[in-house]
Amino acid sequence: MEKTLNTKFTYTEKKDTRSGFGDGLLEAGRKNPEVVGLCADLIGSLKMGAFQKEFPDRFFQVGIAEANMMGLAAGMTIGGKIPFTGTFANFSTGRVYDQIRQSIAYSGKNVKICASHAGVTLGEDGATHQILEDIGMMKMLPHMTVINPCDYNQTKAATMAIAEHDGPVYLRFGRPSWPIFTDSNQKFEIGKAWKMIDGKDVTIFATGHLVWEAVVAEAMLAEEGISAEVINIHTIKPLDEEAILESVAKTGCCVSAEEHQLNGGLGDSIAQTLVRNNPVPMEFVGVDDSFGESGTPMDLMKKYGLKAENIVEKAKKALARK
Amino acid sequence: MEKLSIDQLNKTCSQVRRDILRMVHAVNSGHPGGSLGCTEFFVALYFNQMEHNTNFDMNGKNEDLFFLSNGHISPVWYSVLARSGYFSVEELATFRKIDSRLQGHPTTEENLPGIRIASGSLGQGLSAGIGAAQAKKINGDDKTVFVLMGDGEQQEGQVWEAAMYAAHHKVDNLIATIDLNRQQIDGLTVDVMDLQDLRKKYEAFGWEVVETKNGNDIEEVVSVIEKAKSLLGNGKPVMNLLHTEMGYGVDFMVGTHKWHGVAPNDEQLENALGQLEETLGDY
Repeated sequence: MEKTLNTKFTYTEKKDTRSGFGDGLLEAGRKNPEVVGLCADLIGSLKMGAFQKEFPDRFFQVGIAEANMMGLAAGMTIGGKIPFTGTFANFSTGRVYDQIRQSIAYSGKNVKICASHAGVTLGEDGATHQILEDIGMMKMLPHMTVINPCDYNQTKAATMAIAEHDGPVYLRFGRPSWPIFTDSNQKFEIGKAWKMIDGKDVTIFATGHLVWEAVVAEAMLAEEGISAEVINIHTIKPLDEEAILESVAKTGCCVSAEEHQLNGGLGDSIAQTLVRNNPVPMEFVGVDDSFGESGTPMDLMKKYGLKAENIVEKAKKALARK
Repeated sequence: MEKLSIDQLNKTCSQVRRDILRMVHAVNSGHPGGSLGCTEFFVALYFNQMEHNTNFDMNGKNEDLFFLSNGHISPVWYSVLARSGYFSVEELATFRKIDSRLQGHPTTEENLPGIRIASGSLGQGLSAGIGAAQAKKINGDDKTVFVLMGDGEQQEGQVWEAAMYAAHHKVDNLIATIDLNRQQIDGLTVDVMDLQDLRKKYEAFGWEVVETKNGNDIEEVVSVIEKAKSLLGNGKPVMNLLHTEMGYGVDFMVGTHKWHGVAPNDEQLENALGQLEETLGDY
């Protein structure tokens, strides 16, 4: 159904965003000898095998001990290393919040916390592994940069970009095969929102996997004569407030879309910006105060209201409130 | 930095204890008990055993590094850092006050020279020390990393994650120390959560273990650190079990948990300072 729509971005290939991370890490490692990798027994899942193979002396298997991994990474920055930690998003945040808070964020350490299998699209493993609160936890921490790229290419570019950024970063990506619709040679600018599609009636601010859904939603809205602007917010913190305010000054209403709890996510951050500067009608697409469950990624996206259809519905609602 | 003689080290211990008491008294808060108990260890490290640069650089390449995991005994660390030249001794007067670099628990946020990572939430320092030790290996830096933990802190699970890791990865440029004063906030460790035989536990985890029977005897503290150093480079991390008396040096504070997190009043301070007459110059 998506392919029959006249979307402004298209794809010929699908790939998981975690592979973008693995390939980006390898590139970053080749560029900068200070880059080191740590993994908590998930080398295959995180796609860190190529880095491990090429740089065995700069790769550390930590075992199933995420708290220790965060502390080790913080310690390795002392001596100039740029550690990339790899585990699932759940174990990268909730399990080790205090370690990140004290040893990494408060201590201002140059650690890159790289988190795969975020959100419901993890699929069949169910809610114990489908974290939907991680963006909130990480964005609350002072000094922390929070990035959630949208496809393989953007994740690869983001991984390479954070290696050159001095300071703690949370990089969030996922498990499922996903459309590759952004440029393979893109320049990734941390903190700079990307206006992908110009529009005038409503703005869709999307992050992560839901950027593709936003692209589809734009095409669906266009069929109904509604002009939607699509902005890719890959960096949730620091938030590109200027781009957000510039867009809503034109469109007058907006929708946020994320594979995350509504509480504490991207939508919250945008709403704060709007309330302070230009309160316009806003609607939210995300998980509404619920845990996930087992199922295929697509079934879960539908059940939890994260599809293009949901963005369309909320866009119309925001428009009606103008 | 020039190594101090045993006589000079003892004089420094007296002055550091005076600093600790005056710091916690001035703000009526802080942790004198554990600080007083670990004074000989800190003085031995910073004035005799560590090769360190008081012209502080965060990366600390080609120098020995020290990490304090049980951050609440910050008074003894601050005193030793100031007395060895990382910052002015007068700055000790700002301890725990607003806008100070000497936070209740040590931090990097205010850029206090000598501190490389925040501590206070227990159980995290050994991991950081191991990471720093591995960074030294990658850098071809043959200096040593020292970590101090509390004994109650051994109840934190992360400590054992780190202990397992250090042996598995042969982190043999690391000397960790546990301050065995046998006390924690709610009472004796043996009553709160018995640590049992830490020597056997660390040996079973693959560490070399040395023991300082009297951690308040500066000569013994120095000689055991030297022994620990001689065990480095053999594929195993080294653990120093440091037996100390909480509150050592002040008769009414010694051996009781009462002074873990309580400051002396004016009268108690005078009494305590009277027992530590050797001074190199109070701030």
